[in-house]
Amino acid sequence: MSFSVIGKPLPKVDAVSRVTGQAIYADDMLPPRTLHCRILRSPHPHARILSIDTSAARRIPGVVAVITGADLPIKFGILPVTQDERALEHEKVRYVGDPIAAVAATDEEIAAAACDAIAVEYEVLDPVMSIDAALASPKDERIQDYGGPNNIHKLVALEFGDVDAGFARADHVREDVFFFQGNTHLPMEQHSAVATYVDGKVTLWSSTQVVHYVHRALAKVLELPMNRIRVIGAAHGGGFGGKTDPFAHEIVVAKLAMMTGRPVKCTLTREEVFYAHRGRHPVLMWVRTGVTKEGRITAMHFKTALDGGAYGSYGVASTFYTGALQTVTYDIPAYRFEGCRVFTNKPPCGPKRGHGTPQPRFAIELHLEKIAHDLALDPVDMKRSNFVKPMTRTVNWLRVTSCGLEECTARVMDASGFRARNRRPGHGMGFAISSYLSGAGTAIYWNDMPHSEVQIKVDRGGVTAYCGAMDIGQGSDSVLAAVVAEELGLQPKDIRLVTADTDSTPIDLGSYSSRVTFMAGNAALEAARKMRALLVEAVEAGGRRFEEVTFEEACVLAEARFGTLTSAGSYTPPKIAGPYKGSGVGPSPAYSYSACVVDLDADPRTGLLHINKVWIAHDVGRAINPLLVEGQVEGSVYMGLGEALMEEQTFRKGLHKWPSMLEYKSPTFLDMPDVETFIVETNDPEGPYGAKEAGQGPLLPVIPAVSAAVFDALGVWIDEVPVTPEKIVEALRRRGKGEPARYGPPGFPDIPYPPCIKVAPPPREVDLAAPAAI
Amino acid sequence: MKNEVERPVDRHVVALHVNGERTELLLPVHKTLLEVLREDMQLTGTKHGCELGECGTCTVLVDGRPELSCLLLPIQIEGRAITTVEGLASGSELHPLQQAFAELGAAQCGYCTPGILLASKSLLDANQRPSRDEIREALAGNLCRCTGYMKILDAVQLAAGRMTNSLPHRGEG
Amino acid sequence: MLRLPRFKYLRPKTAREAARMASDLGPHAMFVAGGTDLLPKLKRRQFEVDALIGLDFLSRAIHRGQDETVVDAGVTLAAASADAGLRAGYRGYAEAAGLVSSPPLRNAGTIGGNLCVDTRCNYYDMTYEWRKAAGFCIKKDGDICLVAPSSPRCWAVSSSDTAPMAIALGALVTLAGPKDERELPVAALYRDDGIDYLAKQPAEVVTSLRLPAADGTRTAYVKLRRRGSIDFPIAGAAVAMRLDGSTVTSCRIVLSAVASHPLEAAEASEFMIGKQVDEESVRAAAEIAAKPAKPLDNADLSHFWRKRMVRVVVEQALQRAIDQ
Repeated sequence: MSFSVIGKPLPKVDAVSRVTGQAIYADDMLPPRTLHCRILRSPHPHARILSIDTSAARRIPGVVAVITGADLPIKFGILPVTQDERALEHEKVRYVGDPIAAVAATDEEIAAAACDAIAVEYEVLDPVMSIDAALASPKDERIQDYGGPNNIHKLVALEFGDVDAGFARADHVREDVFFFQGNTHLPMEQHSAVATYVDGKVTLWSSTQVVHYVHRALAKVLELPMNRIRVIGAAHGGGFGGKTDPFAHEIVVAKLAMMTGRPVKCTLTREEVFYAHRGRHPVLMWVRTGVTKEGRITAMHFKTALDGGAYGSYGVASTFYTGALQTVTYDIPAYRFEGCRVFTNKPPCGPKRGHGTPQPRFAIELHLEKIAHDLALDPVDMKRSNFVKPMTRTVNWLRVTSCGLEECTARVMDASGFRARNRRPGHGMGFAISSYLSGAGTAIYWNDMPHSEVQIKVDRGGVTAYCGAMDIGQGSDSVLAAVVAEELGLQPKDIRLVTADTDSTPIDLGSYSSRVTFMAGNAALEAARKMRALLVEAVEAGGRRFEEVTFEEACVLAEARFGTLTSAGSYTPPKIAGPYKGSGVGPSPAYSYSACVVDLDADPRTGLLHINKVWIAHDVGRAINPLLVEGQVEGSVYMGLGEALMEEQTFRKGLHKWPSMLEYKSPTFLDMPDVETFIVETNDPEGPYGAKEAGQGPLLPVIPAVSAAVFDALGVWIDEVPVTPEKIVEALRRRGKGEPARYGPPGFPDIPYPPCIKVAPPPREVDLAAPAAI
Repeated sequence: MKNEVERPVDRHVVALHVNGERTELLLPVHKTLLEVLREDMQLTGTKHGCELGECGTCTVLVDGRPELSCLLLPIQIEGRAITTVEGLASGSELHPLQQAFAELGAAQCGYCTPGILLASKSLLDANQRPSRDEIREALAGNLCRCTGYMKILDAVQLAAGRMTNSLPHRGEG
Repeated sequence: MLRLPRFKYLRPKTAREAARMASDLGPHAMFVAGGTDLLPKLKRRQFEVDALIGLDFLSRAIHRGQDETVVDAGVTLAAASADAGLRAGYRGYAEAAGLVSSPPLRNAGTIGGNLCVDTRCNYYDMTYEWRKAAGFCIKKDGDICLVAPSSPRCWAVSSSDTAPMAIALGALVTLAGPKDERELPVAALYRDDGIDYLAKQPAEVVTSLRLPAADGTRTAYVKLRRRGSIDFPIAGAAVAMRLDGSTVTSCRIVLSAVASHPLEAAEASEFMIGKQVDEESVRAAAEIAAKPAKPLDNADLSHFWRKRMVRVVVEQALQRAIDQ
């Protein structure tokens, strides 16, 4: 197929606004008479609030309003099943950083001083700071009043196929334990929101990935109808999943605007961003796999324990995600998954790039490497022999359509010279593959409505496309413009866009789970084709062909013929989930695939690693804009390396150990190796022009590839992320003493998983588009 | 902390030279250049990521050299020439660095971009054809979470090539 | 945004005037030069000030004499690291200056400021709210050292990259007080205490650094940090040595970031004198140098690992000096 826009490496449609500093981010806004808001946060990881005295704060000149939890008692939460958050807590605080009160003042300095003047009396409770502590009986009281036993939040147990029989027929069975430490998104832009209240209507500009979910939360907590609230996505300075929850500061500024009648702005300090968190769950994982002597998987049993932090956030989904996608890369004929999320007195964890799947991907890639070593098989070939095939269903009912695993693997194997390398002491290469969703198949609140809607208007030759999708820097605006332009025979810069404004744009669920290119792209495709059909009809009615006239002429003819020219398109993912409770997490209309080789040098004396190069091949289905796809791949590799080597959200004595950009380490220019990217195109049958996702998948294989490369270099397994020099040195020390040459968690705790829900695997002839019988 | 706002504010008239324009402002002496640019001069192109000098986002040029505006007091840099991202373009014509960044996808969310553009400009003013390693060194104090740095390096090299006229100014090249 | 507290800004025109102001105003007045160490700490409320005394008058000149070189305190770290004379004669010092933090910070931070940089600890270099939640520590507003609760003293870590190199070079620093000036070896500028880490009077201003005649002294500074930029040292070694053929005639090894003051590895330095420069002597010296280093759990990465790394950085610094 030959396209005029699709597949071209074009600059983003908003690139100039970014390089001139003209893009308006939320903190850049300063409407007249704006009040500045600061939030008072809990200094205790776990405490009951006995009293809050705001009188001293109110007396400070310049303070206009002070609110506490009593002003915002209604609970909210991103998932319908865990509406456990309040914008301001007035009964109990559950982590250092939990919001308690908020001040609106004429300037930020005064608001901060006033927060310090608010006197809160606490009854300090024993904090729960680890998975083990959460599983045990709490000394004082549980963190939340739902879930259980003890501080368990959620338990999941699913079994697909006959796992015991699978293990029985295995020639070799191995079990391993892994740990993936928590980390955070660290967007360069701190969260920020500005609210106004005019004529009974709240308008909120926010740095958010999800204007629609924020809209719903505001309506609920402020007790206003949705049509009296407008949420606009300001220019966005990075999210990566950290801005996909509705946040306290967004609700608070809206409330303060309602109370004071003035615009109110709140921008989080960097430390507060660490407390807002919603980042990668620390996950402890146990996996047991049976294989034939040729290395074919016969059965897998996977157990996870997630340290969820103090609130639910996306955690129920995250829990399911730690078990869902194992089957989407490897053909696992029988699979048992047991998952557990616990509450701890830490900032709540949620979705970070990959959402619950990088952790098990780390585990499974290394686990299979170890099995290959046990059997003296080549790990790459062993993995390949288990690769899932395109157009199949997995044992847990996930529908695999296009799958470029083979090609991705071949590309990185060739380019890296993985097989043929000259070894020098301390040099290692590691290989890993992975997969990710192109959008979650089920919405966060279940309904039968589309996940993305686009409207197009054309008048006097000008085209405008409207869509709720939020450009978070990944270029979703550019994708929309490219799709509409391609269909109408224009260039992207000819397409005006109105996006992420709940008043004027039709729904898009938000920029998370890598859904936007696929879903908004498909919606835009439908809308654009319908508009084109109108234009074609009008032109042909006059006896000419569409290709013979200019776009403006076609528009004139169509507008004269039909009146107002509008078209609409939408996308609803097919209902492909399996017939079992919990099947909502995992299905996607398409999966992307990635393969990665990491080349490094490891110093056995110091444990220091030098990453020389990363090769990454990513099956994106089709690159609507290869420049943007490369950018996502390179950025994902960067973030994967950061997590693999240095990022960790750790706690000491109940507090975040280092809530600063200095101490929370993310790679600088000098820490980033060269990356060679290969875009693989498998032309997915359902994606717009065959496109799938690119923003998350390429992160996943990088992390296990680093650890595999360390093993290749030094002969020690680091079964824990991040892979730091001290761990390597310790693993070498252990090997020197004749102990297992490994650093990682010693074991997996006893968790009271419920009996498994047993689910029959899909029959061979299941229709790929069959509705789920849930 | 709570009693801080009872203390008097020390204000001075400070003459700031920003992007070639001289402005006199009556400023609280404890406001950083970052705050003054954004809040008193409406030059919101300069962004902030941490306000503690740890991320490079707030980089501006002072007498052509990159410095962290979150750690500068206007009173200390009176008379020095300050350049912000708003001062890069000539009228509506983009600086070659801006043009290259836009063309090559070196700005994704764009939040780190103003600081990186200015640090890059300073590098190219001193070193017309920097190697990739020299660019990395010059930008080592600027963090980016979106791009993985690769396209930024490409864009700086592309701009350098164009500015030394060894490459065509824009378009194919 | 994190913002500074309110303060008055005073603009003395000379060091003498600045010192007098400081002397008159007492502990709630602090000097500010580049501000790259002070301003973040003020934003975190690690100091309470009524006034800042600007040191903008400090000269930014490097005076190359017949033998020695005098670097005025206002010279930026960037300028020091780029100076041809310093790179030629005192390479390790220029390197150390060039390794501090990151490029934009080095364009403002001064060499005088880096000599005086506050000791650091990850219980202390945190915001007011964080420290309130953790419990204040003995260095600021509290009664105990949070990293070593049973110890009566503060264990915050010396974090200057240039000070160890200046000490190894035998450099001298000039201090201007309210009444007079004095000069002392840089080594005498520091105390082994996390709180009272500077031996100068609070009102004294560092005005210049005098590097003795280069005389073929080989110098090297190796800095260990997690990332390639921005980070403070978590271990470091500065070496200044002279060789006669392949025999060491003088050697000074000073460690950064392993104690509350730049730690002179006197025994190791002594050991090297008279030895042949070979792998064996370098390893042995490094082993000896690492012994007194006692990093605690108040910086990045485990202190056990950092302790191990001390010998590695000493070896590397010795080798680099030898290879010059």
